[in-house]
Amino acid sequence: MNIQIKKFYYGDIPEENTGGTGNTEKSSGELSWPLWEVFIRSKQGLDHKHAGSLRAADAQMAVENARDVYTRRQEGVSIWVVESKHVHASNPDDAEMFYEPASDKIYRHPTFYDLPDELKHM
Amino acid sequence: MKNENLINGVLHIADTVLILGQRNAAWCAHGPILEQDIAITNITLDLIGQARNFYQYAALLINEADNKNETEDTLAFLRTERDFKNLLICELPNGDWAQTILRQFFFSSFQQLMYQEMIKSSDNQIAAIAAKSIKETNYHVKWSSEWVIRLGDGTDESNQRMKNAIEYLWQYTGEFFIAAEYEIIDVAALKNDWLEKVKSIFDEATLSIPENTFMQTGGKTGVHTEHLGFILPEMQSLQRNFPGAEW
Repeated sequence: MNIQIKKFYYGDIPEENTGGTGNTEKSSGELSWPLWEVFIRSKQGLDHKHAGSLRAADAQMAVENARDVYTRRQEGVSIWVVESKHVHASNPDDAEMFYEPASDKIYRHPTFYDLPDELKHM
Repeated sequence: MKNENLINGVLHIADTVLILGQRNAAWCAHGPILEQDIAITNITLDLIGQARNFYQYAALLINEADNKNETEDTLAFLRTERDFKNLLICELPNGDWAQTILRQFFFSSFQQLMYQEMIKSSDNQIAAIAAKSIKETNYHVKWSSEWVIRLGDGTDESNQRMKNAIEYLWQYTGEFFIAAEYEIIDVAALKNDWLEKVKSIFDEATLSIPENTFMQTGGKTGVHTEHLGFILPEMQSLQRNFPGAEW
């Protein structure tokens, strides 16, 4: 018997598994709304950081769900949502050639400079 | 009793938001999807928080007037069905999701107008509670309006469920605007704004307002539907069985 196992990475989720705007097709008896990635800015001046993901039927609902799920303990002042299928990710199999060559190039770190005290968030 | 109307007016609002909070809380862990489960329970906590503020103020007024020892807990957990002055619509069963979100939309839209008036109150405590609460209520209106539109203008099934919910709940909306003798604000004056809001959302949701139907009343004077008689024993069972229990 020929069993195929296919791995999905972030951003490589096939269309039929992501739903799609307004799509309420059923999979194994459950509603499948599209998956959204949520980014929260914790305070003015800082950047949006990935907080997690959630399901929602449309962008508006995704923002409100994010408000209810990820900011109920005062975590943020601004929310971005992006449908997960629009995220393109690197392949973990490429880790060796992608990241390891950087490990012995210490001179690329700006650690040889004295930073002024006024400079925050570096 | 000194301030009797004010006390009853405050209790009426406290009971209303507490009972709706108790009803919505039953959705906890039963929501249609995790995110909406959290959304409805967040709203529940907002409502119960508002109820606490009103009960605390009522307790203060009662103790001042009558030299009693009431607290927010005694008012919520040791009063009987005939004492509760909540709007009837809040004690009705949750029904399906359509019925729950339509009730929230009807009530929150009314509550938003009510708080807008209460903010102008010469009673500083009332004005302060309203100012704090209206931020929460504005979100409840937005959230529930969108659900009404989503289901009304959704599939045949969701549209039919909204129509069923309207048919059941509409008769309980008249009570919003029929003033009791203790009313804190002029509720009758809010009716047109409320109808306009409902109509604008219903238009978008391809739903329509029923024509002239009979309106239920009684909640404001303690005459309730059969449902409150089941809510209170459950909600109050702990304090009734173990008076003064804390955790």
